[in-house]
Amino acid sequence: MNRDPSPFRPTSTASTATSPTPKYANLTASTNIRYSLTRKSIYDRHLNRTKTSELSKSAFAFLFGEMVQYAQKKVYGVQDLEKKLNLHGYAVGQRFLELLLWRDGRTAKRETRILGILQFISHQMYRAIFQKQADTLEKVRENEDEYMISDNDPIVNTYISVPKEMSQLNCGAFIAGIIEAVLDGHCFPAKVTAHTAPNDMWPGRTVFLIKFEPEVLEREALRVGS
Amino acid sequence: MVVYAVLILNKAGGLIYQRDFNPGLQKISANDYLIIAGTFHGVHAITSQISPTNDTGSSGLEVLESEHFVMRCFQTLTGIKFLIFAEPRQPNLDVVVRRVYELYADYVMKNPFYQIEMPIRSEGFDRHLAAYIKPQA
Repeated sequence: MNRDPSPFRPTSTASTATSPTPKYANLTASTNIRYSLTRKSIYDRHLNRTKTSELSKSAFAFLFGEMVQYAQKKVYGVQDLEKKLNLHGYAVGQRFLELLLWRDGRTAKRETRILGILQFISHQMYRAIFQKQADTLEKVRENEDEYMISDNDPIVNTYISVPKEMSQLNCGAFIAGIIEAVLDGHCFPAKVTAHTAPNDMWPGRTVFLIKFEPEVLEREALRVGS
Repeated sequence: MVVYAVLILNKAGGLIYQRDFNPGLQKISANDYLIIAGTFHGVHAITSQISPTNDTGSSGLEVLESEHFVMRCFQTLTGIKFLIFAEPRQPNLDVVVRRVYELYADYVMKNPFYQIEMPIRSEGFDRHLAAYIKPQA
């Protein structure tokens, strides 16, 4: 009766219905999720399974190096590159914060004070990612809205030597992005940047400069008053 | 441990890294270093072809000893050659050269700003190499 098959009509409905391939066969092919023999993907695992597991530092270094090279192809300068790395870190931070709070279970707490959130970052968050605490947490004396977290030897920079012509670059911008996402997730909007600040002991020392938006300080002032 | 110099040659025999560790040594020009590298690359290729035993897989020249120095060469699977010049009768040079290779794998190959086969300009590599070869300095 339908002599002229409409081009909009799904012509393959019959074939997919009868095909013996699993329902999500198409999906797996297009998203590249790996399935184990028991048909379990990474999404079926318990989230705590990787809580204490460790990762090869070399594998990470190669992956991160590739990431930097890839970011470098599409940028016009050091600042642009740092911004790109920051964005990559931001995506990690958003997911990581959720995971971290989920793992805390009922004891999870939403930090509402500047000092609280900074301590959360330099202790809990840092330990969960790098298995160590950040080395210092300080307030910038001259500016009310600026804080510094320093790391004597950031893991992302272990094998990276920045060439002289790009001396302002610090690939710690990636970690700065993670910190920024965690701050944003707690409703403390801020700009976080990474700066190289070497000393005699630690040639790769990096300082993450956190500059809060004015509304954060305004709110903080209200809380102090109450 | 007295190591005089470390040289790294790329696949094509070009000098990609050169560093002296002993200030008292006679200086030679940058051009001479390139000549040493190129010549050694050629000699190494010849020695790996004409091995007295009938094996096809000769590794080529590995140690060169003279009255004043000993030179040790280590070629990686990828064709990079590490040359170490040291005091005569310096023991365990093969261990030293492998450790230098390890440092190269870490601080050169994992550095996203290094272009393969090109001269090595990596501050991390310089620093760690110096710390390994001359721990006291």
